[in-house]
Amino acid sequence: MSAPVLWIVLPGAFALVLLFLRHWSRLTASLGIGLALVLCALAAWLNIGAVIRFWRWSFLITDTLTIFGRRFVLDNTARPALLTIYLVTTFWLGGVLAARVGRLAVPLGLGIVALLTAAFSVDPFLYAALLIEMAVLAGVPLLSHPGQPIGRGVLRFLVFQTLGMMLLLFTGWIMAGVEANPTDHALAARAAIFLGLGFALLLAVIPFQTWIPMLAEEAHPYAAGLIFLMLPEIVMLFGLSFLDRYAWLREASTVYASLRLAGVVSVFIGGWWAASQRHLGRMLGYAVIVEIGYSILAVGIKGGLPLHFALLMPRALGFGVFSLALSAIRARTGGLDIRQVQGVARRMPVAAAGVVVSQFALAGFPLLAGFPVHLALWETVGKQFQWAAVWAILGSAGLMAAGLRSLVVLLTSPDDTPWQVSETRLEVILLSAGIVAILAAGLFSQLYFPALTGLAQGLEYLAP
Amino acid sequence: MITSFDLSRFALPGVILLAATSLVLLVSNRWRWCLFALALQYAGVFLLVALNWPFALAAVKVVAGWMAGLVLATAVLNSPDTWERELGKPTLGERPHGKPTLGGGRPPLVGLPWRPLRNQPGGALFRLLAAGLVAMVVASIAPRVAEWMPGAEMEQVWGGLILIGIGLLHLGLTAQPLRVVFGLLTVLSGFEILYAAVESAKLVAGLLAGVNLGLALVGAYLLASPSLEDAG
Repeated sequence: MSAPVLWIVLPGAFALVLLFLRHWSRLTASLGIGLALVLCALAAWLNIGAVIRFWRWSFLITDTLTIFGRRFVLDNTARPALLTIYLVTTFWLGGVLAARVGRLAVPLGLGIVALLTAAFSVDPFLYAALLIEMAVLAGVPLLSHPGQPIGRGVLRFLVFQTLGMMLLLFTGWIMAGVEANPTDHALAARAAIFLGLGFALLLAVIPFQTWIPMLAEEAHPYAAGLIFLMLPEIVMLFGLSFLDRYAWLREASTVYASLRLAGVVSVFIGGWWAASQRHLGRMLGYAVIVEIGYSILAVGIKGGLPLHFALLMPRALGFGVFSLALSAIRARTGGLDIRQVQGVARRMPVAAAGVVVSQFALAGFPLLAGFPVHLALWETVGKQFQWAAVWAILGSAGLMAAGLRSLVVLLTSPDDTPWQVSETRLEVILLSAGIVAILAAGLFSQLYFPALTGLAQGLEYLAP
Repeated sequence: MITSFDLSRFALPGVILLAATSLVLLVSNRWRWCLFALALQYAGVFLLVALNWPFALAAVKVVAGWMAGLVLATAVLNSPDTWERELGKPTLGERPHGKPTLGGGRPPLVGLPWRPLRNQPGGALFRLLAAGLVAMVVASIAPRVAEWMPGAEMEQVWGGLILIGIGLLHLGLTAQPLRVVFGLLTVLSGFEILYAAVESAKLVAGLLAGVNLGLALVGAYLLASPSLEDAG
């Protein structure tokens, strides 16, 4: 048996089986969570490449699966990433029943994660573009609820991701040409333009960001949350593979300058657009754009790569709690427009607290999950490029203003509605646990920081 | 031996076929014509891809494309109102009287005039003129692209760029799910022609076939989704 069979083929096959069992929601959710937990445990303890003895049997878990001459490789250096991916999946699946995403959520969620893991492990890494596209295709039914009209956001998501995939596949071929002929500057410039455009489409870098707020407005917030969390991270890993693989790209100062600019623009504009929204879903969308901006900015500065990976924890917690809270509110108000959610805090205090706390955490508010990482990032950026740090902090201030605006809207009740808790018990438990986790991650960041920053060591040349 | 066929003599007719089918997809309001054009388009793609790829591997393109067309045809047939909605025509429930139509074009409704396409900017003439502009752009950049891609024949560059250009135009002119899928399949076909000239790995062929089928399945889902019952 090989590691890719365990972490790619098994969840993929499981997703297909769960598709047939989808009418038993609780069963599919339990099986999905169980499998994700087992895969987490295996990622934590299984030594890939060593012989495993179990009673009278012994197995050798190899690190490679070969299909049509192309390899899927998951070795011991990939285990922290696998642990992170399946931990996030476990938490996401844990909230599926409470969020009432629909019967397809568990099989599609597992299938998407399997495809994204395949994209993360494929060698040559260029094929990742095709696997990411397949994950995008699997994500469409998750984002478009049966019985609802098709929104423009999901169509734009499909179009942008497909065009990005084609550009990146083509770039791979140009890159090979540049590698063979490094003095051809025109070819290198062409490759860089195609690469930049491809990743800008996949990562929703401004001005290609429109699908994110549209999707966040139209789709189920919890379903969109999984896509917003997993897809950009795997695409970023794909982009880092390009940087790691090609020396001429890694050593070009203009590449890093472009990354810094794209990152700062996304953080600043995303933050202040979030503050001007009149829809809580769209605020989530712009928070996603800010987070993508921070990820790109971290890659664009010296010593920022470990921080790029450290951003995973506050982002996972922030998006998880934000989207779950929005799902709970939307289920009762029928929408997330500011007029619809006015005074909701009196009826749903836990969900309202979840919205506000997660927004503040994503903005880097002191004592919350995002603060230690954002502080370290602002400091690192500030030492090298003061202007970038100032604009990034201003962007986060915009996101914080959005959080304050949400707080005011959720608290301002047009009538004297008495305070009550109308969330379900499961929602209260999950949201409270999420809020506590956001606080704990802010206070005890030393517990997860080394593990996440260590993910950077998986990159051969970019690792600090 | 089928492998000894010299397909290069069909390259130019293949380009003409691609131009014609992509225009039909862009302009036509009849779903049968669109799907027939899509099927023919994949035959054209096969002719141009076979210039670089082995016959059997190139055949994957046409098989996957026809399967994608069949998936979409089944989806349109199974939800009678979808094409009407796509065109912005009144569906059965919205009409004062009459039967649902599948064929597009003039609905057989007495006393109800045929309505112009509500959800599509411009009519056929506008689209043809825009396609003419795309053709001019393609003509101007094709020689340079052929220089960049030494492995590609001129016909492949023409065919690929025409499909990419018309497909992008299609995507820019519509917000209807089925038409978006037609546009994406057209762009992807153009890309596949160009990419076949530089990459011939079997896994890529398989994955791209999977993407084509996946797009068709997504299109079918998007067509059926609004009329599906919410399963909770």
